[in-house]
Amino acid sequence: MTHAADVPLWAAVPVAFLLLIGAGLALAGSIGLVTLRSFYDRMHAPTLGTTLGIGSILVASMLYFSILQTRFVLHEILIAAFMVVTTPVTLMLLARAALYRDEREGNPDAPPRRPTPVQD
Amino acid sequence: MSAMILSSAILAAQILLVAAMGCAALRVLRGPRAQDRVLALDTLYVNGAMLLLVFGIRTGTTHYFEAALLISLLGFVATAALSKFLMRGEVIE
Repeated sequence: MTHAADVPLWAAVPVAFLLLIGAGLALAGSIGLVTLRSFYDRMHAPTLGTTLGIGSILVASMLYFSILQTRFVLHEILIAAFMVVTTPVTLMLLARAALYRDEREGNPDAPPRRPTPVQD
Repeated sequence: MSAMILSSAILAAQILLVAAMGCAALRVLRGPRAQDRVLALDTLYVNGAMLLLVFGIRTGTTHYFEAALLISLLGFVATAALSKFLMRGEVIE
């Protein structure tokens, strides 16, 4: 941790704050994953960490390396864009699969399917 | 002063992230059905990527960034393939 002394205080405080926010949100999402009751409730909890949690850690990393190397280090945007695109896709696929499995088995915990529109 | 703030925040963030990974691993082990395990595995991937980013800040090198990017890519592919398998019974039809 010798290089951390090169970072000025006005940059160290927001980096530390963003790191704690991101890690705390990830922990909150994972605790929700353990404690919530049904699968369809649990599906919502980890999105806390996959959106704002990893976002704030990426902003902290960008800020820290930009200050440390005295130039813009912005390649963390790659991970941010990738997570923003892929998280809804994967969770939608997983929810569809879970709904399909529950309907196949006649599981009473499954949420009711939206009524199909009347064909005219 | 700033080194002390940063090192304590990094240590706290690492502890929180390891606890989060433990919770996700508990759900992988305990999850009553397959979709619970897949969801928990996806969470575990994301938490691992965050832990690697914090390691990168701690060591001051950008090498950990590539590992985090790879983990998030592989997590997406793994979760998509497992969801497809749960839906259809096979991955490539």
